[in-house]
Amino acid sequence: MRDLFRRAPKTPTPEQKEHIEEAVQKTREGALGRISSLFREQVITGETWDQLEELLIQADVGPVTAMTLVERAREEVEREEIRTPVEAETAIRRQMVHILGEVDFVPVEDMPDGTVVLVVGVNGSGKTTSIAKLATYLHHQGRSVLLAAGDTFRAAAIDQLRVWAERVGVPIVAHQPEADPGAVVFDAIKAAQSRGAQIVLVDTAGRLHTKFNLMEELQKLKRVANKAAPDAPVVSLLVVDATTGQNAILQAKSFLQSVNVDGIVLTKLDGTAKGGVVFSVFNELKVPIWYIGTGEKPDAFAPFDHLQFVNALFE
Amino acid sequence: MFETLSDRLTDIFTGLRGKGVLTERDVDVAMREIRMALLEADVNFKVVKQFVKRVKERCIGSEVMKSLTPGQQVVKIVHEELLAVLGEPTRLEMSQTPPSIILLAGLQGAGKTTTAAKLANTLRKGGHHPLLAALDVYRPAAIDQLIALGKQLNIPVYSEGIKASPPKAAANAVQYARRNANTVVILDTAGRLHIDEQMMSELQEIERAVSPHEVLLVADAMTGQDAVHAAEAFHAAVNVTGLVLTKMDGDARGGAALSIREVTGVPIKYMGTGEKTDALEVFHPDRLAQRILGMGDVLSLIEKAQEQITEEEARSIEKKMRTATFDLDDFLKQMQQVRKMGPMAQLVEMIPGMRGAVKQMGGMPDMNDKQVKHIEAIITSMTRQERRNPGIIDGSRRKRIARGSGTSVQEVNQLLNQFKDVQKMMKQLTSGKMRIPKGLMGL
Ligand SMILES: Nc1nc2c(ncn2[C@@H]2O[C@H](COP(=O)(O)OP(=O)(O)OP(=O)(O)O)[C@@H](O)[C@H]2O)c(=O)[nH]1
Ligand SMILES: Nc1nc2c(ncn2[C@@H]2O[C@H](COP(=O)(O)OP(=O)(O)O)[C@@H](O)[C@H]2O)c(=O)[nH]1
Ligand SMILES: [Mg+2]
Ligand SMILES: [Mg+2]
Repeated sequence: MRDLFRRAPKTPTPEQKEHIEEAVQKTREGALGRISSLFREQVITGETWDQLEELLIQADVGPVTAMTLVERAREEVEREEIRTPVEAETAIRRQMVHILGEVDFVPVEDMPDGTVVLVVGVNGSGKTTSIAKLATYLHHQGRSVLLAAGDTFRAAAIDQLRVWAERVGVPIVAHQPEADPGAVVFDAIKAAQSRGAQIVLVDTAGRLHTKFNLMEELQKLKRVANKAAPDAPVVSLLVVDATTGQNAILQAKSFLQSVNVDGIVLTKLDGTAKGGVVFSVFNELKVPIWYIGTGEKPDAFAPFDHLQFVNALFE
Repeated sequence: MFETLSDRLTDIFTGLRGKGVLTERDVDVAMREIRMALLEADVNFKVVKQFVKRVKERCIGSEVMKSLTPGQQVVKIVHEELLAVLGEPTRLEMSQTPPSIILLAGLQGAGKTTTAAKLANTLRKGGHHPLLAALDVYRPAAIDQLIALGKQLNIPVYSEGIKASPPKAAANAVQYARRNANTVVILDTAGRLHIDEQMMSELQEIERAVSPHEVLLVADAMTGQDAVHAAEAFHAAVNVTGLVLTKMDGDARGGAALSIREVTGVPIKYMGTGEKTDALEVFHPDRLAQRILGMGDVLSLIEKAQEQITEEEARSIEKKMRTATFDLDDFLKQMQQVRKMGPMAQLVEMIPGMRGAVKQMGGMPDMNDKQVKHIEAIITSMTRQERRNPGIIDGSRRKRIARGSGTSVQEVNQLLNQFKDVQKMMKQLTSGKMRIPKGLMGL
């Protein structure tokens, strides 16, 4: 299913190149106002690189990825005779924008009727809220949605999704607490088919990726969904909290292995955390980021914009 | 990933061994490794800087340079410094005149509501009569969540619904507790961002309204670099008296706790180790230190093993391994138990030093359910004698076993080879070539 939704990597189009230039321009402008001692300097020193590396680490990009990015920028600087710290930073930004621009995908709003989206992730990452947001978003895009209350484990998780369904104005299929989530998913898909709802969003219980049984349960959910909707795509959306550190890489690996994550929702970007670890997730696993969450209201949600994301990392 | 700092430092110093006297430069190489390890563990980079500086000073001024095992010496210093920052386990501050008031605060999704229920459960076991108070009027069904948890535990929950003003409801909850002879009130608040001024001032109002004896900051063990910002802001707004680190049942290294502790000085009081209401543990600095250093996986592995294998079983297997009487019956049983714990390869990699051994063996066979069933069929088609002493299984026996189990001779061969590998591995383990904690012998 993965390949269906992912077009092959391609070289940047002229339009994308223009975007990159824009990003570069922003760097120049943004840098002028910066207090960072980095930009008081007119020449690149060892300190410049250390500070850039720290900037990346601070944004949770991770020490190894940060080092690699800085190393590559360093080579570029030597090759291209770049001399100012601003240009050094730009070199790193350009690399990151380029890497994140490598994969193209079909967003949920453009997926065919019958699509089932499993929303998965560790405890408390923002799955249920993201479903409310995605439902609102899809609704605005003219797609009809049905919610499946697949978290039958956590106390009052079903009630939480019910409240959202009511607020957003979309139908919901729910069973009793402790019920088999597979049965919920099956019923929800059948209900969507008979009512003509185009996209089913499945809330799942939060689970740590290290819990073998719970990950198997998730695989089972996917099998059930595939069986109930044999001709429709079943995609998995991993919800990652932007405050998460390097553990997000292990999370993504595990969920990828178990239910083949198609895209990521990066939540809680309204805080001070930058969510830089998803860059490393993408760099390593090529799982693209689809959407971002920027608050607790249902409209605090947007498609992921890699330029904006990279720029924010450096702010 | 699972290569520990200890392994890396040992490698570095082994490389330097021939050189004679170590210079400050050599020490710097080791410090770089420590820096990387801490950053990988999500310790805040400013905290890392300070920390590494302290370690370096100690290394240069100590016997490390002359030691025969400088790698181990450095690890020891790092470990000691980590413990110094993490501090001793600290108990909850309870009021002389009940009710004691405990306020929980933290970011969204950190685990406050669950922790409230866990604390109530623990305190009740200690003879308290807890009251839970639901002050999250914002997140949908947050109050229902606490009420459901209270019901599960049969612990009362005070709530004024979602129209209530949290500071007022907090004060009323305390009044209610007084009237009902509750000895402790646990206040569950809404998750909030530390930069949300309105919500932070609401938290201050709640604090003013009840003058809590404890304000516990609930933080997720998976938190990255940003942990210090949130913790500093919460500590500046209210008088945080303790930290609860949640979701420690995962594989996060938990460096955020070190950062928070270093920048706020607030003691870590509890660790959350699961979603159930009994999964709360008193903080163990030693375990967290090991985990931050990348050695903690062993402890979780032991825990995993303990969930599946009784102590008695483990002891008997340990003995069998030592006396080399581990047979195919044991092998099958082990495999079925290990299978319940997760993919074999992943488990084995958790053991420090094991990675190399596995690589040498050409990788660990990873088994799925079907394979386990096949193996089960093969082993049960053997005679008792064959299972005890696989050496006697010759060509004709192999054919018979394959027929009996509905498998092929190749599969039987493969299994017997695998068993040989396991035996070899066990010999290595028991001969002390690999460092492996006692509790793990059961594997
Ligand atoms: N500030 C902020 N808070 C968010 C965002 N997304 C979710 N939250 C909050 O984070 C908390 C957890 O969100 P949930 O949607 O319940 O998370 P979940 O992953 O469904 O949690 P479990 O089902 O308990 O594992 C709630 O308090 C949400 O309001 C976001 O983008 N920004
Ligand atoms: N695995 C695990 N999950 C936890 C732990 N503590 C809380 N959770 C889960 O994390 C999620 C958020 O917890 P909750 O108490 O609702 O967080 P709150 O928003 O801070 O009140 C829920 O799914 C909880 O079940 C823990 O120690 N381990
Ligand atoms: Mg949820
Ligand atoms: Mg809560």
